[in-house]
Amino acid sequence: MYNNIKILYHQGKQFIPDVTTAKVPGIFRGRPIIGTAKVDETELMEMCPVNAISVNPVSIDLGKCTFCGECAMRFPEKITFTTDYKISTNDRESLVIKEGDDKPVSVNSDKVRPEIQKLFGRSMKLRQVSAGGDNSCEWELGAANNVQFDMGRFGIEFVASPRHADGIAITGPITENMAEALQICYDATPDPKIIVLVGTDAISGGIFAGSPALNRTFLENHTVDLYIPGNPAHPLTIINGLLDLTRKRK
Amino acid sequence: MHYLTIKNNQSVSLSEIPEVSYSTFLVLNTGMVAENLGRHCVNYFGYPDGDQIKLICCIADDTDHLIYISSCRVDVNTEYASFTAKNLCFEKFEREIHENFGVMYSDHPWLKPVRYAHDRVDMNEIIANYPFYSIDSEELHEVGVGPIHAGIIEPGHFRFICNGEQILHLEIQLGYQHRGIEKLFLETKKLNQLATLAENIAGDTAVGHSVAFAHVWESLCGFESTRDLDFARTVALELERIAIHTGDLSAGCTDIAYQLGSSVFGRLRTPIINFMQEWGGNRLSKGLIRPGQNKFPFTQALADRLKQVLDAFEPDFDEMNEVLFNMPSALSRFERTGVVSIEDAAAIGAVGMAARASGSARDIRLTHPHSLYAELNHEPFIKHHGDVYSRFQIRRKEVTQSIKYLRTLIADVPAVAEIKPAKATSAPGANLFTLSLVEGWRGEICHCAITNADGELKHYKIKDPSFHNWLALALSVRNNEISDFPICNKSFNLSYCGNDL
Repeated sequence: MYNNIKILYHQGKQFIPDVTTAKVPGIFRGRPIIGTAKVDETELMEMCPVNAISVNPVSIDLGKCTFCGECAMRFPEKITFTTDYKISTNDRESLVIKEGDDKPVSVNSDKVRPEIQKLFGRSMKLRQVSAGGDNSCEWELGAANNVQFDMGRFGIEFVASPRHADGIAITGPITENMAEALQICYDATPDPKIIVLVGTDAISGGIFAGSPALNRTFLENHTVDLYIPGNPAHPLTIINGLLDLTRKRK
Repeated sequence: MHYLTIKNNQSVSLSEIPEVSYSTFLVLNTGMVAENLGRHCVNYFGYPDGDQIKLICCIADDTDHLIYISSCRVDVNTEYASFTAKNLCFEKFEREIHENFGVMYSDHPWLKPVRYAHDRVDMNEIIANYPFYSIDSEELHEVGVGPIHAGIIEPGHFRFICNGEQILHLEIQLGYQHRGIEKLFLETKKLNQLATLAENIAGDTAVGHSVAFAHVWESLCGFESTRDLDFARTVALELERIAIHTGDLSAGCTDIAYQLGSSVFGRLRTPIINFMQEWGGNRLSKGLIRPGQNKFPFTQALADRLKQVLDAFEPDFDEMNEVLFNMPSALSRFERTGVVSIEDAAAIGAVGMAARASGSARDIRLTHPHSLYAELNHEPFIKHHGDVYSRFQIRRKEVTQSIKYLRTLIADVPAVAEIKPAKATSAPGANLFTLSLVEGWRGEICHCAITNADGELKHYKIKDPSFHNWLALALSVRNNEISDFPICNKSFNLSYCGNDL
């Protein structure tokens, strides 16, 4: 007992006091900014491993981007990645960052169903489904609930059964072999319910887009309530995205 | 000679690998494993060659740093005697060959689908109809878990046959994570796409699999690695080991309901992965390792920063372990739970921590060293009880050992060598075979590549350590209480996507 108290004392306070303003250490690659400098646009477009870059105007689709940063290393005068981790949105189009854009990515509150903020504004339980996820987004969802990020303080938690959940959080590109289980899990979740896509693989298929082993028809038949980009998504991106969706703005 | 002898990361011309008859192939490979416990199969796979299937078997010797490669040509829909009937360590490899190409085995004891690959031969076999083993008895009941589990983990189905609370048998059915990754390796032509694929094989082992891919690619291109590249990869591998082992200790505490251990180890993982972010911009080191390229040079400033991180990490880590491993309520859950006997581990060809917990010195850092491991004179920690306690103890010891290695490494940060980019990324040689072994935190990762006459990838074979070790988990829970399954599972922490590919 004495030893346990000693450890508690040594650990001190670990939680991040304000997860909406916390700074991330190092060279984290968050929301990119595309400058107006002229570069070889064909080379820029073709160097991207996941075809996230388009031209006329030059834009980066954060739903496809793996945040490897190679475009910014090759063309530093054109592309820079900021440390802004608030890149979650309910509007798929908002994930496309265009030349000259330097405004935050956020949830479009006009498109949020009214019952979401009313019912889930102070408590929301999610059932996580990994459908071909590579265990990186799964790790970060777990980290969002550790003692530092402590998403539980907002009443947002992951539960063991879809019966206890207010929605599902999908990771991975959705494989053919998981398609049925995903549908069963969604059907077992009581209404009203939300769908959250976590990570590049879930949003667009990522590097696996177009693989014949995938079956993404689930997404054609349902409306997605929140896109959380990243490879994997950072815990602060996850928490701020979920808060942005469910909380009324001050 | 019926086989070719190579070293780790050595490329050879495909035609140099002797092709023998199936009966010779069978006797040769099963014989090599049977006569020496220090040998095991690191990879055994097939690929289409005309109307036939070409099989390549790779046996690694733990003691003399050599790998023995042999090959054979077989017909589909023809029955052959199985390797598995003689040596259990070939079990899953033969199932995979059967599932992918329709090669038949007359005496394979367990010829069931491995992962329901999208390009399997028999499309009538679907994942919902897996043929589970069952026992007809009024005394016994079955428990089915998954594919979706209670926690935030990957999907897989576990079917227990229990007598009351006691597990008699566990069958693990995987395949839910199959993304067709090996096929994508052949269809993808750009190097940065291949590297991105490699780091997504298993996101928790992004460094391990990327290093294996980088070694394969560099060997195929005849690229001589530089000291700063080897340095960065060794540092990244050891950081990944520290991060995940620490996270696993946290998960182990969660499963025995020890809240303090769970929280402290959980939070201790953060400074390590945050350092990865400071270095390469990603907490799981995605985007860090690229063939022939030192994308994020490890500077002296980073070395100083890492020293600070380790100085702060180590006392907290030691203090927590001291309490955990002296706590009777924790020890009573860990000790003699989930035992894999030394004989079983050897028979199934277990690798990594699972093998080292059951008396084997199998560790690529020692047996087939790459990067800077030869200089570190690595000595693996070996335990002999094969229980949950041994596997968690090994994690604790390996974290301490990795910290020691990192301190040695960062005392002498090499200067960044000038690399002409075209040199490494130029096309691989034609008609080559290469094999790369890397000791990831889970254990031995093996990547094999074969190129065609144009120097393009003709076959790419990935083997995650989990491919061997899932069977170890199934054996470990026999005669245990079903309530101990989570702690057994966590003590292995195997990869679903690494198996399903």
